[in-house]
Amino acid sequence: MSELLTRTFLTAVISGGLLAGIPLMFTALGETISERAGVLNIGLEGMMLVGAYVGFVGAYYSDSFWLGFLAGIGGGALASVFMVVLCVRLGLDQIVVGIAITLAGEGITSVLQDAQFGKSYPRLGAPSTLAIPGLSSIPVVGKSLFEQPLIVYLGLAAVALTSWVFRKTNAGLNLRAAGEKPEALDAAGVSVLATRSYAALCTGALAGLGGAYLSIVGAGTFTPFMTQGQGFMAIVIAMLARGKPLWVVCGSFLFGISLSIATALQLAGINVSTDVVNMLPFLAIMVALVAFARRSYLAPALAIPYVRGAR
Amino acid sequence: MTDVTTETALSPETRVPTERGMPPRRGVTDALDVVVRSIGPVVLALAAGAILLLALGRDPIAFYSNVWKGGIQLTAWQDSAMRAAPLLLIAAGLTVVFRANIWNLGYNGQFLLGAALVSGLGPSLVGDTARWTALVVLFLVAGAAGAAWTLVPALLKARYETNEIITTLMMSFIGVGIANILIKGPFQDTSVNIPQTRVLPLDKMLPAIPGTRIHVGVLVAVAAVLIVHFVLTRTSFGLRLQVLGANPRAARHMGVKVPRLIVMSFLVSGLLIGMAAATDILGIWGYVRANWNPAYGDTVIPFVFLARLNALAVVPFVAFYAVLSTGGDLATQQANLPTDFLLVLVALILLFMTVIEYLGRRRSLGASYLTPGLEQALRHSRRRRKTSR
Repeated sequence: MSELLTRTFLTAVISGGLLAGIPLMFTALGETISERAGVLNIGLEGMMLVGAYVGFVGAYYSDSFWLGFLAGIGGGALASVFMVVLCVRLGLDQIVVGIAITLAGEGITSVLQDAQFGKSYPRLGAPSTLAIPGLSSIPVVGKSLFEQPLIVYLGLAAVALTSWVFRKTNAGLNLRAAGEKPEALDAAGVSVLATRSYAALCTGALAGLGGAYLSIVGAGTFTPFMTQGQGFMAIVIAMLARGKPLWVVCGSFLFGISLSIATALQLAGINVSTDVVNMLPFLAIMVALVAFARRSYLAPALAIPYVRGAR
Repeated sequence: MTDVTTETALSPETRVPTERGMPPRRGVTDALDVVVRSIGPVVLALAAGAILLLALGRDPIAFYSNVWKGGIQLTAWQDSAMRAAPLLLIAAGLTVVFRANIWNLGYNGQFLLGAALVSGLGPSLVGDTARWTALVVLFLVAGAAGAAWTLVPALLKARYETNEIITTLMMSFIGVGIANILIKGPFQDTSVNIPQTRVLPLDKMLPAIPGTRIHVGVLVAVAAVLIVHFVLTRTSFGLRLQVLGANPRAARHMGVKVPRLIVMSFLVSGLLIGMAAATDILGIWGYVRANWNPAYGDTVIPFVFLARLNALAVVPFVAFYAVLSTGGDLATQQANLPTDFLLVLVALILLFMTVIEYLGRRRSLGASYLTPGLEQALRHSRRRRKTSR
């Protein structure tokens, strides 16, 4: 047990957990927003992949991480336009369109990657980090926790902001009403379709950013299917967080840590099969679902398209 | 009012034009409608795919003619037929649950667990027992594995109404992991360097239909589709599933034991998906390599919907896709594209399908894959708007 708690191990677990948790956090935050507004987004995986690819291409050609993240946001939002038009505006089946977006995202990014980088395999350098003075000099955990790329701090701020918007603003109230009782929102004179459209666009943008983080900061390159089910994980995190952004952060980092434990264990000299380790987060989710099955919460109007006057 | 409720309570395929009582003219337009709605998305997707190919600097005509060459010409159609066998079984399995409006999206885990067990237990089993007993046992083992893997999501859904989309997906990832662990662990063939199972001897695999190379698994798949279609349309089990899918509350009022029905439909679905793995391994591959995941289910879903959850109507669509994917191997290779390009085509079919569905609904045309409750609501709102005008 003692060799488990060495410095290298702890650092690897924490920094790895953060690295793996951030994309999950962005994506799950996005899903939280759209689930609260009553749009179930099964296409997250595809949106993440599009964001990852577009973000990587942007960062590679512009030589700027920030333009890369922006490109990722744009790519994810573009993918979610399909969701907005087909599911929110036209009221088509959200699950079918979500599956289509996932498949299309997987296929298109794989084809484009093969066409562009099939032979060259370019990589990006490491992003510059910002150390929080004081906190980053805490032994063991300081450097890994408080010396991160700026985008990480911005992401955490975005979570806090979302939480505040949900609870304290009219926009947040409208958003929640769109998921709880769209008829009431409509009767109050607010467009359900517009509210849901903005929510779905936000989701796409955040999933794209999550994907971009994965490719730009996490891997430094884009490989087809690199999300490996993280989009679906994000859906579960959003569900278990019951619409609460702060819980999304906790959930994401828990799953991030379970994703990073493999490398950490290998650093500590313990060899565990990667299959076992890759399964762990999903196993954890299943255990959580079995244990808290009755307490997961979903908006009542989730996945039900809103049609004026229908009952 | 009454005609609306009875109409929506009927299964999609009974509303398709062949119905006897319909006036002839309506029947013709309905038939046309079904053709447009079913074939339309496929044609549009192929056209959009051609544009995409042009944009990528490939020759779409050469691409599609290569699909024809590799999927149909000479004896290639036999390969396509064999490719269709697992797809058909998965499609039948998905039809069963989708009819009850239950989303079993864990097909990859169910399939791979079945595949791992068949290829792991197969070599020793076929050595010890008679060929046919061994094959039947292996089919049952794969089916049982697939069914068992749906049990947790099924029970959670039946007991606590936990969203089965999430639970089946999670179980799928876990199942894929366990399959890999089995293949790299107890089932690994230690005589080769690559982690894979022992290879079944050719003469112990599913025999070919005389005169062709097609293995009898294809017949099993077709038979399964026929049985599923019969059960879904001609038995009380099928009717109960239909009612559950249309309106769970109505099902409860009708005296249907909803939790039991949910579990039953999950088990049947998993059984069929597991058997799909058995046909594929015992018919074509003979072994499984670690990290192999054909993800058949992902590509089958659009066709299950295009067939309007009708097990029989799925056959031509699956046949089409089997040709596309068999020929697509050659075509993508010739065009220097990854085979993932076919995923784009499948996604396009799904997107066009939903769009055509929307256009059709606007013109208030017949069959739809939407849940009847929703469809009725839409129809109501439109009618009211019309009368108020």
